[in-house]
Amino acid sequence: MNPVTEPTLPGYNFAYLDEQTKRMIRRALLKAVAIPGYQAPFGSREMPLPYGWGTGGIQVTASILGPNDVLKVIDQGADDTTNAVSIRRFFARTAGVRTTEKVAEATVIQTRHRIPEQPLRDHQILVYQVPIPEPLRFMEPRETETRKMHALQEYGVMHVKLYEDIARYGRIAHAYDYPVLVNGRYVMKPSPIPKFDNPKMDRMPALQLFGAGREKRIYAVPPYTSVKSLDFEDYPFEIQRWNQCCALCGAADSFLDEVVIDDRGGRMFVCSDTEYCHSRRAALPRGARESGS
Amino acid sequence: MYVAVKGGERAIDNAHRLLAEDRRGDPAVPELDLKQIEQQLALAVDRVMAEGSLYDRELAALAIKQARGDLLEAIFLLRAYRTTLPRLAVSEPLNTAAMAINRRISAAFKDLPGGQVLGPTFDYTHRLLDFTWAEPHGADTGTDAATGKTLPQAMPRVLQLLDGEGLIEPPRADAPTRPVADLTREAMTLPAERDLRLQNLARGDEGFLLALGYSTQRGYGNTHPFAGEIRMGEVAVEIVPEELGFAVEIGEITVTECEMINQFQGSAEHLPQFTRGYGLTFGQGERKAMAMALVDRALRARELGETPSSPAQDEEFVLYHSDNVEASGFVQHLKLPHYVDFQAELELLRRLRANASDPSPDADPNDHGPKP
Repeated sequence: MNPVTEPTLPGYNFAYLDEQTKRMIRRALLKAVAIPGYQAPFGSREMPLPYGWGTGGIQVTASILGPNDVLKVIDQGADDTTNAVSIRRFFARTAGVRTTEKVAEATVIQTRHRIPEQPLRDHQILVYQVPIPEPLRFMEPRETETRKMHALQEYGVMHVKLYEDIARYGRIAHAYDYPVLVNGRYVMKPSPIPKFDNPKMDRMPALQLFGAGREKRIYAVPPYTSVKSLDFEDYPFEIQRWNQCCALCGAADSFLDEVVIDDRGGRMFVCSDTEYCHSRRAALPRGARESGS
Repeated sequence: MYVAVKGGERAIDNAHRLLAEDRRGDPAVPELDLKQIEQQLALAVDRVMAEGSLYDRELAALAIKQARGDLLEAIFLLRAYRTTLPRLAVSEPLNTAAMAINRRISAAFKDLPGGQVLGPTFDYTHRLLDFTWAEPHGADTGTDAATGKTLPQAMPRVLQLLDGEGLIEPPRADAPTRPVADLTREAMTLPAERDLRLQNLARGDEGFLLALGYSTQRGYGNTHPFAGEIRMGEVAVEIVPEELGFAVEIGEITVTECEMINQFQGSAEHLPQFTRGYGLTFGQGERKAMAMALVDRALRARELGETPSSPAQDEEFVLYHSDNVEASGFVQHLKLPHYVDFQAELELLRRLRANASDPSPDADPNDHGPKP
């Protein structure tokens, strides 16, 4: 991505939100960082993008962004999906910050549904867009109840749910948004990332911030904090695996998307993290690059 | 073969261009101007202002034009703009008793001080498509309307008339010991007090409140309502600037107010008495105000010692699902790509199905190629 040189949107503050609102959000962020995994309520604002399309992540990003930051935005692992493009443009327009597709260059990465394959480092911030922040929601629809359950660390229903999966299906039937225990205290939803990404959250050097705009909650995992996927001793947590490698770059260690290529059941598997895939292909010897495309 | 879905940027630009084209429609047809929308689609403007939580007719008209007449989209536009506005002051409570009345009716009394004033209402029109409106009408003569007598200044509230006998609960005179809640500034907390509930309902989707209010009439939390009074007109908005210390009027807004009278059987602590449900909207929004009053009363179940048993009485259910900007966004976010989660589910489902037919642990249903 080229550095953005166009002027920012006239009539609006840097990164859209006014400074008071940013301060309010930063207070909620501080609280969230101080209590890892705790869902801090915040006065979420209406944003010019629809609820459910990343307003929580956008508000978090808007309130932490400075003029020298470099922003990367991904959706489903890809930089070029329409909503990622739209959010990246929003910040290019309202904050004039430099944007990038390279993980290593970015200081702030806003994501929906994936963690980049390339490990993050110190002083990077990963901002997750969260649709439903409450891990107990589908067992208990009432917020008044779930807040109490968190306060009392009453997570029995969650363990029962996982146990019932095993009793019924022989395994834990959670493929994404797989619940985790943060810092040994709060059960937390990692947002709808595939469980493949869960191990990356554990003791990640980067700061992880989670914004749920419509539900008006912010939570966080500070750097190097323990994040444990819930499981049982005899049924340990395991991640998805494929027998294929990426058809484009040959990676055997990345999350693969299945792409239907004809109407006769033909399909191929490719990296969901497009930047990872590109950089691997760029590193391939000449001649080998075109294979698979 | 596989072509990565590239070109999101160009696709978005093209979509915006198509939208702009469609918005304008046939260039041979004159373009709408905001004044036309403001004047001739006034009720659309009212709804957008009410649910957009911003009283500005011109901006609402602009939002309607930009949204191609999609009122929920227009409400969203207005809300997003509202976010960026500074909060300069908090007004004094509106005194709707001092309203300059355009319409005022009571279904509870045949006649009353101040009289019944129908005002501009669809109520007794026959819903016959009037083909004369297909052509420009010119200025309406409106001779009859103009002959209307000047309305009396004093229009006492209907519910006050019942107050004397103690037949109706007094309006709760909460001493302003705490600032009024504001869910646009702080996340809503439950259980919610009535101020917060009313704010939520005032911003809430008219269709949602209409359906909920209707459900109470059909037995899902019946409140035995009477339309005690509905009034619509202009009220003054006042603020008290700190440096002055007294109230000054900063403008007038049109509002519709509905006070429902609801039967109440009494409880261990309270004698049988009529109770109140309250609805208020910007502009002319009678349907919304009435629905809101029904739902407000239903939501007072806890406070009045009734056992909540129906959706309209369920505070969490109502308050968390009333906002159409939230609802519309989240429902429509299903259009966004979900292929990572879908892939994860595919993998899981194949595994579960394979396990059911072949319980051997080595069976790998996600194996579509030769084993490495």
